[in-house]
Amino acid sequence: MSILVDKETRVVVQGITGSEGRFHTEKMIEYGTKIVGGVTPGKGGQEVFGLPVFDTVDKAVSEAAPDASIIFVPPAMAADAIMEAAAGLKLVVCITEGIPVLDMARVWHYLNDRETVLIGPNCPGIISPGQTKLGIMPSPIHLAGSIGVVSRSGTLTYEVVSQLTQVGLGQSTCVGIGGDPIIGQSFVDILRRFKNDDQTEAVVMVGEIGGRAEEDAARFIQAEFDKPVFAFIAGRTAPSGRRMGHAGAIISGKSGGAADKITALKAAGIHMVEDLGFLGETVKRVLN
Amino acid sequence: MKIHEYQAKTLFARFGIPVPEGAVAGTPDEARDIAAKLSQNRYVVKAQIHAGGRGKGGGVKLVESPEEVYEAARNLLGQNLVTPQTGPEGRLVRQVLVEAAHGYRQEFYVGLTLDRNLAQPVIMVSSAGGMDIEEVAEKTPELIFREALNPRWGFLAFQGGNLAQRLKWEGSLFRTGAALFANLYRLFSSLDASLAEINPLVVTDDGRLLALDAKINIDDNALFRHPEMEELVDPNEMDPLELEASRYKLNYIRLDGNIGAMVNGAGLAMATMDLIKQAGAEPANFLDVGGGADAEVTAQGFRIILSDERVKAILINIFGGILRCDVLAQGVVEAAKAVQIKVPIIVRLEGTNKEEGQRLLNDSGIDFAVAYDLRDAAEKVANLVR
Repeated sequence: MSILVDKETRVVVQGITGSEGRFHTEKMIEYGTKIVGGVTPGKGGQEVFGLPVFDTVDKAVSEAAPDASIIFVPPAMAADAIMEAAAGLKLVVCITEGIPVLDMARVWHYLNDRETVLIGPNCPGIISPGQTKLGIMPSPIHLAGSIGVVSRSGTLTYEVVSQLTQVGLGQSTCVGIGGDPIIGQSFVDILRRFKNDDQTEAVVMVGEIGGRAEEDAARFIQAEFDKPVFAFIAGRTAPSGRRMGHAGAIISGKSGGAADKITALKAAGIHMVEDLGFLGETVKRVLN
Repeated sequence: MKIHEYQAKTLFARFGIPVPEGAVAGTPDEARDIAAKLSQNRYVVKAQIHAGGRGKGGGVKLVESPEEVYEAARNLLGQNLVTPQTGPEGRLVRQVLVEAAHGYRQEFYVGLTLDRNLAQPVIMVSSAGGMDIEEVAEKTPELIFREALNPRWGFLAFQGGNLAQRLKWEGSLFRTGAALFANLYRLFSSLDASLAEINPLVVTDDGRLLALDAKINIDDNALFRHPEMEELVDPNEMDPLELEASRYKLNYIRLDGNIGAMVNGAGLAMATMDLIKQAGAEPANFLDVGGGADAEVTAQGFRIILSDERVKAILINIFGGILRCDVLAQGVVEAAKAVQIKVPIIVRLEGTNKEEGQRLLNDSGIDFAVAYDLRDAAEKVANLVR
């Protein structure tokens, strides 16, 4: 089994009539994702690729019975879109980059009262190779298999996945948890799912500077995760106090630097990959 | 987004946080005139640059007459001020803030920022004012008091009271202090600040609270709903190449090395910087052209790297997804037409339409080396610096 999604997952696309939403809806359909409709306020009744567009998630839920939503709504409205989705769905994937952080603080507390699982924002989404994708990652680099991948980044994840595929290591599920300071699922949340997933035999975790999610993951892994974990941390050469592209990738004073994360991960017995170019090979060698 | 102290103090005043009377000056004459109108006979002249540690760098002068204000301003304006935070090259001082100086009996630290782990703003206060708060947190954490502010109900009046009490404020000081904290939160949340800091907040000799310094950073992601903030941007405080990049919404950060890098995606861009360093060289920049870049934006990014005179070689590392390799190649070829390229270029293309991208580059006549994967890219960079 994969985690979070499988080939039966029914998906509604919020922001389906926008250019990004439309583009990736087509790619997801090509991959086999069960898209059951879209939501764009004020465009209810239209169709995109023959799929119904609804004005609200509420309407989409009653008419198209989706399990999950993927959001391509612009930053100004994205927080609201997440909360709208969370009112009716168990899984929400938010691709949008650039949501104000105080908006996300509200979303975080809104979700705290609910069972809804949020992936992102500012993320590439989720893919369970061979089954479904709720995301924007290029499909051909993936291969079905037993490695779980969890990452704060987009293209860096593609690099990692592509190397794994090249050495013949397929993936169970790849989850981009997002590069913002406040996100839904954390490394620990995803690791917990990989722990209980029979298909997943090992995990590759891709972290970066900023915050302490990697340190939290290290503690969790040491305490209760019994599958091999490989980790790479981006930003060892990043200067302090500068936001490195991702809103969450910033070293503030003495916290959030790569060195502390690497130390914590190593201490927890995780295989640190220092040289990204050798990641695929390293994972293969160690697992053999 | 960072703003100057004088701009932050204007915002403080608007939100009911008391600041010394004063104004900003661009010339020594203006500085003297401002001082002459103040109802005090002691003055402080403060260099306005976007970097902390100004006091330590000699950017804050305490003087006793408008003539001395003139002198102080003359010494600061047009000078490069070096502080612990500016780097050795310092920052050019173009403006000074002239204020009435007040005697005070106690200093405090007040800071409001988002705690990403709690997903809520946290206000921190300390009786160790005027000091670097990180240092206080390390050496005497018991001197720092915190209140987490849940965005669902915002700032609760009693939280201001709690903080005031822990700082041992009583009577009218308790009341005005508690209100000041509430006002700071109102400012923080209504401006979408990522940081609002008063260091120091003082109790004056006559028992009033006064914000002697002010620092506000605004969440860049929220600027779309604060168009008025655009007027507060000081382009002089930005690196010229960073300023240029921001016009095209490129994530560009200038670094100290000489290997230029152009990458799509922030994580991969950081990893590419690390790779350059590992290969024995130093990155000249961080540049993430973004997932959805078109040929035009990529061309701008490439132009910016080419215009950096320190750059001795360029590594282009693209993992095509939404940004297709052929679009990237188009951009590079476009930019290369306009300038003569004198430095070696290493190109690594992977992912969507990489063959087409490679072909476009091959046909362009630009001299570049192909890297087949990251390892190869690292090796080629290492060969250059050997």
